[in-house]
Amino acid sequence: MSSGKVVKKAKYKATVKDPGTPGILVLTEEKFVFKPNDPTSSNKLEVDFKFIKSHKHTKEGSNKPPWLNLTHSQGSYIFELETFSDLHVCRELVGIALSKHGEAAKVVSEEQLSAAEMGQRIKLLQEDSKLQKLHKELVASGKLTESEFWATKKQLLDRVENRKTKQQIGFKNSLIFDTKPTSDGRINQVKFQLTPEIKYQIFALKPAVHQAFLNFVPSKMSEVDFWNKYFKAEYLHSTKNAVAAAAEAAEDEDLAVFLKDDEILEIEARKKVRRVDPTLDMEADQGDDYTHLPDHGIFRDGTKEISEAQNSLYRRTLLQDLNRQGAVVLEGKTLDIEMENPRAAAEVLARRKQESDGVLEDERHNRISKMTQIEDLQAQDDHRFAPLCIKDPRDYFDSQQVNAVKALDDSQAGMEKIKCSLSSEEAYSFLRDSIYKIKASGLRDPLFSPEVALKVLNELTKNISSTKSHIGKHSQDSVLDILPTSTKEKLLDHWVCSQELLRHFWSSYPITTQNLANKTRRLKDAISQVYSKLEEIKVSAKSDLRHQVSLIVHPMQQALDAALLHYDADIRKRNAKGAKPNGF
Amino acid sequence: MKFQIEDVTVYFPYDNIYPEQYAYMLELKRALDAKGHCLLEMPTGTGKTIALLSLITSYVLSKPHAPLKLLYCTRTVHEMEKTLAELKLLHDYQIRHLGPAAKILALGLSSRKNLCVNQRVLASENRDSVDAGCRKLTASWVRALAAENTSVPTCEFFEQYERAGSAAVLPPGVYTLQDLRIFGKEKGWCPYFLARHMVQFANVVVYSYQYLLDPKVAGIISKEMQKESVVVFDEAHNIDNVCIEALSVSVRRQTIEGARRNLHRMSQEIDKFKATDAGRLRAEYNRLVEGLALRGDLPATDAWLANPALPDDILKEAVPGNIRRAEHFMQVLRRLVQYLEGRLETENVEKEGPVGFVTSILNHAGIDQKTLKFCYDRLHSLMMTLEITDTDEFLHIQTICDFATLVGTYARGFSIIIEPFDERMPHIPDPVLQLCCHDASLAIRPVFERFQSVVITSGTLSPIDLYPRLLNFNPVVSRSFTMSLTRDCICPMVLTRGSDQLPVSTKFDMRSDLGVVRNYGRLLLEMASVVPDGIVCFFVSYSYMDGIVNTWNETGILKEIMQHKLVFIETQDVVETTLALDNYRKACDCGRGAIFFSVARGKVAEGIDFDRHYGRLVIMFGVPFQYTLSKILLARLEYLRDTFQIKEGDFLTFDALRQAAQCVGRVIRSKADYGMMIFADKRYSRHDKRSKLPSWILSHLHDAHLNLSTDMALHTAREFLRKMAQPYDKTGGSTGRKTLLSQEDLEKTADGSFVESLF
Repeated sequence: MSSGKVVKKAKYKATVKDPGTPGILVLTEEKFVFKPNDPTSSNKLEVDFKFIKSHKHTKEGSNKPPWLNLTHSQGSYIFELETFSDLHVCRELVGIALSKHGEAAKVVSEEQLSAAEMGQRIKLLQEDSKLQKLHKELVASGKLTESEFWATKKQLLDRVENRKTKQQIGFKNSLIFDTKPTSDGRINQVKFQLTPEIKYQIFALKPAVHQAFLNFVPSKMSEVDFWNKYFKAEYLHSTKNAVAAAAEAAEDEDLAVFLKDDEILEIEARKKVRRVDPTLDMEADQGDDYTHLPDHGIFRDGTKEISEAQNSLYRRTLLQDLNRQGAVVLEGKTLDIEMENPRAAAEVLARRKQESDGVLEDERHNRISKMTQIEDLQAQDDHRFAPLCIKDPRDYFDSQQVNAVKALDDSQAGMEKIKCSLSSEEAYSFLRDSIYKIKASGLRDPLFSPEVALKVLNELTKNISSTKSHIGKHSQDSVLDILPTSTKEKLLDHWVCSQELLRHFWSSYPITTQNLANKTRRLKDAISQVYSKLEEIKVSAKSDLRHQVSLIVHPMQQALDAALLHYDADIRKRNAKGAKPNGF
Repeated sequence: MKFQIEDVTVYFPYDNIYPEQYAYMLELKRALDAKGHCLLEMPTGTGKTIALLSLITSYVLSKPHAPLKLLYCTRTVHEMEKTLAELKLLHDYQIRHLGPAAKILALGLSSRKNLCVNQRVLASENRDSVDAGCRKLTASWVRALAAENTSVPTCEFFEQYERAGSAAVLPPGVYTLQDLRIFGKEKGWCPYFLARHMVQFANVVVYSYQYLLDPKVAGIISKEMQKESVVVFDEAHNIDNVCIEALSVSVRRQTIEGARRNLHRMSQEIDKFKATDAGRLRAEYNRLVEGLALRGDLPATDAWLANPALPDDILKEAVPGNIRRAEHFMQVLRRLVQYLEGRLETENVEKEGPVGFVTSILNHAGIDQKTLKFCYDRLHSLMMTLEITDTDEFLHIQTICDFATLVGTYARGFSIIIEPFDERMPHIPDPVLQLCCHDASLAIRPVFERFQSVVITSGTLSPIDLYPRLLNFNPVVSRSFTMSLTRDCICPMVLTRGSDQLPVSTKFDMRSDLGVVRNYGRLLLEMASVVPDGIVCFFVSYSYMDGIVNTWNETGILKEIMQHKLVFIETQDVVETTLALDNYRKACDCGRGAIFFSVARGKVAEGIDFDRHYGRLVIMFGVPFQYTLSKILLARLEYLRDTFQIKEGDFLTFDALRQAAQCVGRVIRSKADYGMMIFADKRYSRHDKRSKLPSWILSHLHDAHLNLSTDMALHTAREFLRKMAQPYDKTGGSTGRKTLLSQEDLEKTADGSFVESLF
C-alpha cells in the first residue's frame, strides 16, 4: 500500500484556532512538503520526518474535521484534510515514515536540549573550526547522531560552564589575632593596617565584636574609635595579665565587650554540641561520671592539671583562638560580599548566620551506625554483571587503545616466543642439518642474482638517505612536514576522524541495548570507509614518500583493524551464544 | 556467617572473620565454660567488641536452660553508643537467621542527664542539677503533696510511667540511649526510670564502669544483678585507676565552706520541723533505734547515691546512740568540719594513715570510729526526713560524710595526704586534704566475688601478668593476641633526633629547651606537608601543650603548619573540645586536612577513635610519665612496693607506656585501615622503655626505625604512604598465612586447630 508518495489537498493550521491556509500536502517517506495555494503566503513547509516525534489524528465520527497532527519538539503541524479517507492514507504513510526514522527520532528525544545548551554547542562549533569539520563529517553524514557526538565532548561543554562559576575563595588559615602593628620608632604610637578582609575575618571569628560593631558604629562611636578600642583590648589580652584586663574592663564598659568571653559563641557552642556525632560527644560522658562529683576522686595526683580559677572570665587562650580559627575557616566565606564597607559586611554576616541556623539536620543516628561497620569483613561485592560505568569515554578509549596496541605487540611477542621455545636439542639438530646441507652442496650458488641484489640495495639506501637528509635537517620536524600539504591535511583529518570514531566505538562496549548495537553497526561501516580511504592515500602517495606515509598510516590502520576484529569477534560470540533472555 | 566453636554455634554478622577474632572467641568460650575470670589483650582494630558480643550472645542462645546476663561496661557514653550499635547489627543478623527465638532485650543505661526527656529538667546545666531537678518533681513526698495540691509541679513523664504500672515494659530489642529517649517520648514514659526498671530483666546491659565499680552508684543500680552474669570491662587498661578513684575523696576549702552552709540550712530545717511536724523527727529516731539506717525499700526516685564504702564492709547494726537525734548529729558534723578545717591550715605536707587520723579525730573532736562510719547513712536518712530535694546544693556535706565513712571503715590501703599548695604553683595557697586509695583490688573485689565470669579486655594490657597482681584475682585464661596483618598497615617509628641531629625529649631538663621545641615543631611541619588528611598529636600534659603551642606561635612555626592543615586543640572545656573534634572530622571529610593537638591521659586519648582518614599519622611527643613528685603517686608507689613487690620504676614506665600505646592505638580500626605512629623522644630507643609496648606494636617496629631523625622519618613516611596506596589482596592468600577467613575456611577445619597454629 505504500506508494511512497501521497499528494493531497489540505489546509495547514499553525494552531487549532487558526482558520488554515489552503494548499497541497506532499508526503514522502523522508519528508513532507506543504505548498500553499497562495504563493505569497509565508506558510511554506518542508520538514524532514526525523524531526517529527509523533502523529495524532481526529477520529471518524467525532464532530471534528479530519485533522492530522504531526508533533515536533517545539510544537506541532496541523493539517486539515478534505475527507477521512484522505486522512487514513496520509496517516499510514506517516506511520511508515516515522517508524523508519523512529530510531533516530528516539535518540533525539532522549535528551531534552535547552536553548542554552544548544547555544553553547553552536558557540563551541563556531570557535573551533576543527571541531566543526569533524561535526560535519560525522554527524551530517549520519555516522553519529548529534547526542552521541556531544556525549564525548562533555568535558568541553563543562569547561565552558565552569568558566562561569568562579571558585570561591575561602579564608586564609592564618591567625589574624596577632595583626602586627607597625611603629616608626620615634613616637610612642603604633599603627595597625586593617584591610576589609581582616575586618571581615574579625567579625566572623568574634561574634561579640561583630555585635558590638552593629550596635555602636556609627551611632555611639566612629569606626576608627571602635577599632582603637578593639586593639587596646587585644593588647591587654596579649599581655596575659588577666588582672589588668579585669581592671580595665571594670572602668570602661565598651572595652569590656571585647575582653569578656564571647557569650554568643558560647550559646552557639551549646547549640552545636547537641548536633555533634555521638561517638565524639564527651559532654555526655561528663553527665555519666559519678566518680568525679565535686571533690570525689583524686584531686591532685599530678595527672590533673591546674588552672587559675580567678579572673577566668578575662582569660582567653591561644588554644581557644586556634579552635575558633579552624571552625571559621571550615565554615567558609559567603559569596560575593562587598567588603569595602565594613558595615555592609557586618550585616551580610548577620544575615548568613540566621540562614545557616535554619538549616539543621539531625543525622547523628545514621552516622553512628555507619561508623560501626567493619568494612573489610563484609563480603566483597563482585556482581558479575556490574554495569560498566565509564565516566569519561575518552579516558576509556585511550586506555583501551594502549591495550589494543599492546595486544598486537603481544601477538608478535608470542610468535617470537614460539620460535624460542625450541628445546636445545631441536635447535642443535636444526643447526646440524643446515651445516650438513652446506657441506654437501657448498656455498657456490648465491641465493639471488647479483644484479637484482644491487638494485634492491640501491633502492633501499636511496630511501634511507633521503629520509635521513630530510629528518636530519631539523630534528623537530616530523615526517608529516615532508609530505605535501594536501596529503598531510587529508591524513590529519582522517586521523582525527578515525580517533573520534574509535572512541565512540570502544565506549559502546559492552553492548547492552539495541541502541548500542545499532550504533556499533553504523560505526563499523564508517570505520571500514575510513580504512579504505587510508588505503587509497597509501597507494596514491608518491613512491619516495610511500614509505613514510605507510609508516604513519600503519598504526592508524592497526587501530582500526583492532576495532573491526573486535566487532567481528563480538558478533560471532554473540551469535554463538544464542539468544540471551534480554537479547544481549 | 555461622560457625561452630566446640558445642556453640556462633552467629557472626559479617561474611568474613579475622583469625584472631576466632581465636579470641575460642579463649573466651573456654573461660565461660570454666565459669571463671579472664584477661584478654587484643590489638585495636581487630574487632574485639563484635567478637565478644557475638560469642556471648551465641553462647547464651545455645544454652537456653542457663540464661546468662551480659553486663558490658564501657568507659564513656560514646563507646556505649558504639557498642549498642554493633549489638544492633548482630541482633538483626541473629533474628534473620533464627527468627524470633533470638530476640533479646539490650539497653544502655546512663544518668538522668543523658536520658531525661523533660525539657524543664533538661534545661539545667550539669548533671547534679538535672538530678536535683528530677527529684524536685518526682520525690515521693513531692508527689504525695501534688496529689493533694494540684499546683505542685510534677513530671508528666514520670506520672504516666507510674500510672502504666507493670504494663510499662520495653519490648525486646536493642535500645541505645537515643532509642530509649525516643521510645519514652512516644509512650510518654520516663526513659530513665523505665531503663532503671528494665535493667533487671534485660539480657544485655551496657553501662559505665562506675555503675559496677563505684560503690556509690553500684549500690543503687547494680544491687540486684544476678550471679549468673558475664561482666565485661572493655578498654580496661585503666581499670586500676578507675577503682582507685572510686574510693578516693578530697576536701578543700570550698568544701568546708559549702558544708558549713549546708549544716546551717539543715539546722534551720530541723527547727522548722520541730515547730510544725515534730512527729517526723521522732519517727526517724525510733527507726534508728531499731537499727535501720534507711527504710527498707526506697522508691527509686528517692534513692540518692549509695554509701561510698563497699557493700560487704557496711555494718548492719544500729546507728550509734550519739547521732540518732538530728541535732546531735548536726553537732558531730560541725565538730568534724571544724577539725578538718584546722587540719587544712597546715604549713607542710602531711601524710598519715587512716588509723592515726581516726585516733586524732577522736582526741581532738571527740568522734569515734563507729560514729564516723555511720555518717553517710545518717546524713542520707536525715535528708529524707527533712524532705530535701535540691540535692545538688548539698554535695559538700555529702563529701564530708563520704570522707568520714571511708576513713572510719578502712584501716589499710588508704592514706591521708594534706598539702598546703600545689607543688608546681607554690605561690598560690590551695590547701587540700585527700583521702586516697592505693589498692585497686578493693573496689573491684566485690565484682569478682559476685559474678560468675569477669572479662577484662583491651588493646593494651601489657605486661599482661601485672594486672592480676594489681587487681588481685586469678584469671582462668590470660592471653595476649598478636595481629595477623595482610600488609604492614601500621608503621611505628621512634624518632630520637631532630633534623639538626640534636636529641629530642620531654625529659624535665630538656623539655623547655628551644632547640627541642623547634625540632618538634619542624617535625610536625614536615609531616603535615607529606601526610594526607588527619594528623593527631599527643603531648604529655596540658601545660606542656599550652607552652609549646605558644612558643610555636611566637616563632612562626605554627603559622607555617597552618598553611598546610587546619589546627584544632583539646582544651579543658569539654564542650569546646567536642566541637573541635567535630570540626576536625569535618575538615578531614572535606579533604581540607587537619591536625588535632591532644593530651595523653586526657579525655580524647581515652575514648575517641581517629580511624581511617581521621588519623593517618599520630605523633606522641615525649613519654607521658606521671608527675613523679606528686605525693599521692609516691604514696601509691610505696604501697605497691610493700604489698605487691612492684618496683617504682617499673610501675612508672609501665604506666607511661600503656598511655603512649593507648594514644597511638587510636589510629587504626581495621586491617583495611593504615596509619603511622611516631614516638618522638630519645628515651623510646632504650630497650627497657620500648619493651613495655604491646607486642602488636613491637612486632612492626623494625630495627631500622628505632633511631630516626626528622628527615629519615619523612622519607619513611613517604615510602609507607606510597606503599599503602597500592591495591592489595584482602584475604592475604598469597602470603601463605590467611588474614581473613570465610565460612568455608572455618568449616574446612572445624576443630579450629589451624587457627591456633597461626599464633
